[in-house]
Amino acid sequence: MEYLTSIFHEVYKILFLLVPVLVSVAMIVWLDRRVWAFVQKRQGPNVVGPFGLLQSLADALKYMFKEIIIPASSNKIIFILAPIITMTLALIAWAVIPFGIDQVLADINVGILYIFAVSSLGVYGIIMGGWASNSKYPFLGSIRSAAQMVSYEVSIGIIIINVLLCVGSLNLNDIVLAQEKMWFIIPLFPMFVIYFISALAETNRPPFDLPEAEAELVAGYQTEYSGMMYAMFWLGEYANILLMCALGSILFLGGWLSPIDLYPFNLLPGAVWLIFKILFLFILFALVKAIVPRYRYDQLMRLGWKIFLPLSLIYVVLTASYLFYFNLLPTT
Amino acid sequence: MIAHSIFFYFFSIIAIISAIMVTASKNTVHSVFFLILDFISISCLFIMIGAEFLGMIMLIVYVGAVAVLFLFVVMMLNVAQQKNQWFASKSSSSHIPVGLIISSIIFFELIIVVGGWKYKPDFIKTNNLYETSEMSNTHSLGQVLYTDYIHVFQISGMILLIAMIGAIVLTYRQREGVKKQSYIKQISRERSEGVEVLDVPSNSGVKIDD
Repeated sequence: MEYLTSIFHEVYKILFLLVPVLVSVAMIVWLDRRVWAFVQKRQGPNVVGPFGLLQSLADALKYMFKEIIIPASSNKIIFILAPIITMTLALIAWAVIPFGIDQVLADINVGILYIFAVSSLGVYGIIMGGWASNSKYPFLGSIRSAAQMVSYEVSIGIIIINVLLCVGSLNLNDIVLAQEKMWFIIPLFPMFVIYFISALAETNRPPFDLPEAEAELVAGYQTEYSGMMYAMFWLGEYANILLMCALGSILFLGGWLSPIDLYPFNLLPGAVWLIFKILFLFILFALVKAIVPRYRYDQLMRLGWKIFLPLSLIYVVLTASYLFYFNLLPTT
Repeated sequence: MIAHSIFFYFFSIIAIISAIMVTASKNTVHSVFFLILDFISISCLFIMIGAEFLGMIMLIVYVGAVAVLFLFVVMMLNVAQQKNQWFASKSSSSHIPVGLIISSIIFFELIIVVGGWKYKPDFIKTNNLYETSEMSNTHSLGQVLYTDYIHVFQISGMILLIAMIGAIVLTYRQREGVKKQSYIKQISRERSEGVEVLDVPSNSGVKIDD
């Protein structure tokens, strides 16, 4: 009986985290389209509900009632597994994101490694979808996407090492608490810029949306998907983008800390600040989508391997030697 | 405790079954997927014995990077067809003895490693390994790795570097007649050299060469 109540309690906590994440994914899609439209002097979705807020809901309903078509020559098990894996991986990473000093579902020692591992698994959804479709465009798209994600993960990993050198712990709450005096965006600003661009590439956002470059590859790995399965890919993608924004705000923008530790500001709960920071980063993502044209594939690879990797490696050496020389290395 | 052993048997049964399926499944891509499942369940086992750092690194390195490249290769080459050709014809079944030799060597190595477990107390007698409850295992791993075993660590790094260079040297070849995009050339184009205004004489046209 005691066992059952604890399981019930955990399920309640998980739902309390996942339902807001899913709702905010729907809202964020609306925000993305809206920002995109405003940059181009259009209106964007503004018909369904106030300011078009319910547009994503309408889209989701439409996807739910569409027929799911499974190509006859596809590998059916893997074809169905692919969107499930994408969405599951995008959602389970939220378990370790701290929304306050004790408002975290799983406060594990290696939180940052967990997020990094889960986001590196995200490539499987895409590869499996592309391969199982048994068609040229999805396969090309998935290969591009996998190469791209593997390349940019390397530089993200080294950027994370930079932050970890300053913190001395792999726990996400420790990372946030280490920024009480100064957010890491100030000493590590070049790393923040590189992190932001790598996050764009990691989540297949424009200008790095080569896997689904509609002019060349129809819709990349999603070409053969329809109905709810397509919607799951789509939800997983946006949940991943939100996760990358959350990770960026935890690593560089102080997570749930308020910007100024003064009376009216620290009244707000930490979760509100974290949401503000995530939204700020997301609006930057949306602006980039509207402003920048798509990269060519060789430019993408060059940027990842020949510019970001050496730069972030040099910065690791710089950070480490600075901390060592001035005896600032964190000791635990 | 019961929950712990239930989870342990769950993960280890999945690991064993998927390891068998890696060799048993007909489709090569499926066997790579089973390999990935095997890696994941083994990293779950690592996490269960409290080695969370090793488990996560296993996920990041093996599942997130190595197996992706593996999957690439298997998807691009049509290995399934090749395998059928190798094993179906009797003339070229000389691969089987070679495979048997290699697998028996691996088997003996495993036996030696497991036998070495007897001398485990000697191995872990280092100056820097403290088993305290407040220190996370990432921390204690780092303290051992970068002090007592620094030479072994660096040698393994060198071996990996050499392997990487070797792979690049083996596969790199200069191809003739491939159009390469030069970044600097593209950026440093000026208007004066990009646009040329010509007076076109009527009925004869202009010859454009590039």
